[in-house]
Amino acid sequence: MNSRPENLVVAAPDDGIPAGELLMDVRNVSLSFGGVKAITDISFNVRKGEIRAIIGPNGAGKTSMLNVINGFYTPQQGTIVFRGQERRSMKPHHAVRQGIARTFQNVALFKGMSTLDNIMAGRSVLMKRNLFWQMFWHGPALREEIEHREKVEEIIDFLEIEHIRRTPVGKLPYGLQKRVELGRALAMEPSLLLLDEPMAGMNLEEKEDMSRFIIDVNRQRGTTIALIEHDMGVVMDLSDRVVVLDYGKKIADDIPDVVKSDKHVIDAYLGVAH
Amino acid sequence: MSTAATAPAAEITLDTFPKYLLHNAARFGNRAAMRHKDYGIWQSWNWNQQLAEIRSLALGLQALGLKRGDRIAVIGANRPRLYWTFTAAQSLGATPVPVYADAVAEEMAYVLDHAGVRFAVVQDQEQVDKIRSFAEKIPLLTDIIYDEPRGLADYDPRGLHAIADLQRKGEALLKADTGLAARWEEEIRRAGGDDISVMLYTSGTTGRSKGVMIRADAAVKAALDTAVFDKLSEDDSVLAYLPLAWVGDHYLNYAQGYVAAFCMCCPESNETVAQDLREIGPTFYFAPPRIFEGLLTSVTIRMEDAGWVKRKLFDHYIKVARKYGEAILEGRPVPLSGRLSYALGKVLLYGPLRNVLGMSNIRVAYTAGEAIGQDLFSFFRSLGINLKQLYGQTEAFLYVTAQKDGEVRADTVGPAAPNVDIRISDTGEVQFRSPGMFTGYFKQEGATEETLTEDGYVKTGDAGFFDTDGQLKIIDRAKDVGKLRSGALFAPKYIENTLKFFPNIKEAVAYGDGRDFAAAFINIDLQAVGNWAERNNIAYASYQELAGHRQVYDMIARNVDETNLRLSKEPIMAGAQIKRFLILHKELDADDGELTRTLKVRRAFVADRYAPLIEALYDGSTEKYVETEMTYEDGRKGTVRATVRIMDAKVHPAAQLVREAAE
Repeated sequence: MNSRPENLVVAAPDDGIPAGELLMDVRNVSLSFGGVKAITDISFNVRKGEIRAIIGPNGAGKTSMLNVINGFYTPQQGTIVFRGQERRSMKPHHAVRQGIARTFQNVALFKGMSTLDNIMAGRSVLMKRNLFWQMFWHGPALREEIEHREKVEEIIDFLEIEHIRRTPVGKLPYGLQKRVELGRALAMEPSLLLLDEPMAGMNLEEKEDMSRFIIDVNRQRGTTIALIEHDMGVVMDLSDRVVVLDYGKKIADDIPDVVKSDKHVIDAYLGVAH
Repeated sequence: MSTAATAPAAEITLDTFPKYLLHNAARFGNRAAMRHKDYGIWQSWNWNQQLAEIRSLALGLQALGLKRGDRIAVIGANRPRLYWTFTAAQSLGATPVPVYADAVAEEMAYVLDHAGVRFAVVQDQEQVDKIRSFAEKIPLLTDIIYDEPRGLADYDPRGLHAIADLQRKGEALLKADTGLAARWEEEIRRAGGDDISVMLYTSGTTGRSKGVMIRADAAVKAALDTAVFDKLSEDDSVLAYLPLAWVGDHYLNYAQGYVAAFCMCCPESNETVAQDLREIGPTFYFAPPRIFEGLLTSVTIRMEDAGWVKRKLFDHYIKVARKYGEAILEGRPVPLSGRLSYALGKVLLYGPLRNVLGMSNIRVAYTAGEAIGQDLFSFFRSLGINLKQLYGQTEAFLYVTAQKDGEVRADTVGPAAPNVDIRISDTGEVQFRSPGMFTGYFKQEGATEETLTEDGYVKTGDAGFFDTDGQLKIIDRAKDVGKLRSGALFAPKYIENTLKFFPNIKEAVAYGDGRDFAAAFINIDLQAVGNWAERNNIAYASYQELAGHRQVYDMIARNVDETNLRLSKEPIMAGAQIKRFLILHKELDADDGELTRTLKVRRAFVADRYAPLIEALYDGSTEKYVETEMTYEDGRKGTVRATVRIMDAKVHPAAQLVREAAE
């Protein structure tokens, strides 16, 4: 065990879609809660290998959109095509099986468990041995555990969190918890990684660190990323394409430079009376 | 496969480290030479494997154009591949120049330019970025070679290579040419000890850093001497966590590691050193007093938070250890009841505590660089850890003095190390000649001449004297020792160290040369004082606020008073007690140029920067408003504004001369 793998093994699985081709297509999706329309007739797509941002002011419907994508909400209208498969309704665990992983705006880790165990939990979806074998933790189950542990160690190395491997995550500062959460999502080896406000509540230094990790995940592992973010500066630097929502409607969809100078976007952010 | 049995290192004299590499692979081929914690596991290489790694790296470097007489920079954390670069370069007759990885771009540019390096071997993207940011200032440097490829995929590949690629190249060459390996080894055997083995840049406590050239045979000779002195063998192990560019790391881990053939272990990262230490349990250990202080502080804090029973147990057995521990360690007579108490304490406390600190297996531990407090020193020794002091310099290739097992004191640095000649000049300066002595400063003949005496002794620049038992006692930098107007001797460092022995005081800067009295700036220790504040319900938002707090001032005033009392008992120091002091509104920081990279105070710089505060110390005012520029960790600059309070302190009458005056 002397050699270090130079090409990280935990990468996005090869799903047969070449970079730049359509990975996910959101078509005319509408979502309402009772009489409140959260999302109205939104269409956009995500291409393989890109960093796609969904932005918009508070209450624009960004998180609702993310929840639709990963199956937490079922939209009243519209369809989502993911890796060529169309679906109308599904549950979050189906999304996971299909290769969609996410992080949450408010960190949702197992606070009492260590960093290592939290990330290991992310691998559970990929574990093949049944409960019977795992209870004995012997033979094939043990071998499988070792394989998964190796992948988890690569993620720990990648995110530079070796020093908190054994620390219960509840004790960690917020910025590190976010990193652990990213690690857990990466452990699923997703085709599409959804990040819900990865920089929320961070200071400048933590934001810079997180930006670097997001870029590295994308460039080195080839993971396609869709992220929601409030901080405009971060979004414009990070993403390849940006879709802008306001009051549940799409008001712009283009590369950052174009979006930045779009009149509707400026109005939405500066708060013109509607 | 130890065919040559386990011959003590001193019987075989080889004069370069690459020769030792071949020798160690022949006699200890299957023993561990290097370990590195990576991906959560201790990866290891035996001497045969290490030889193969170094050989392919050397041939790769040679293919890139590295040749005899070239200089090659090594920048980064303690990583196997960076240590291998040292030997690989030496095997080709090139000189490795380790550079502090955390040096700011300007400092690093100066060293790389001055050393005239053609290649730089670095750890990761961070260093590649740093070097490329000042590439135009170092026209000689053509290629950067990196260990970790992460983040570098999109970089302009011209002049940029991965160590792994070089090694692959080297292996391909070995395959293509069956005689290559033998020729490489022959080149190593043919080389003499007059190659410059390594060039170490001084940390620049005074002015620009200088490149200290160490000859291969001198380096080997020195390392052999101390390896015999401390009975180091292939059964020992170290955790190599000190900065690569520092003489201490290069000597204690690399040089001694090669001549004694022990295993060098590289930590997983800077933050995991404590954990890694626990896992490895090294037998030889070095740490500056600052680290021992940090360990003691964290143990104390954790005990304060522990339950009642544990606290009582801890207090009781620490008392037992203080009473008998050192005597038992040194083999002095101890009553049977004491031995029994200590044995019980060992089971209940000392053993587990040493284990937590990663010090279970330590046979020899050293500290140096700063004075260490008696309490602190005794604490570790009383736990049964053979902690000793040494005094050294880059120019000596470390050792000038070292304490012998069993003849250890906190306030001295020991007698001359093996084969070292020491004398005290008329001006009180310590001068030495040693086996590892440098051959000169690179491209600075003038400075070399200034440092050497006519009869070939090195001037250390430190003032000191030999105590009655033949141990050297260092007072201060020779040029810093001054006089008050009254004529009393003023040794600022001695005063500062006495202050710093209080856990609340992290740093101190004393002034007084040519003045009416001695006065001091003080930095509080945020960990210790912060913990105290928490326990006493004192709210604070920043270092500045805590430093200016009235109760903190009162507490520090008590420490200053105690310091004066201690000074009054030292006949030659009693005249320069602290009359006035202030607590600085910001921590002294290497990023602001106030400390060196090895965290020593740059006294003159600090005096200049805080001139208005010094003036206020002497003009009798009780407070002073100042604005200071500071650098944040991410490199941005900001300004701190504060009104700093100045307090008077009581002076104690000088004690009667008890022992004969030292002078």
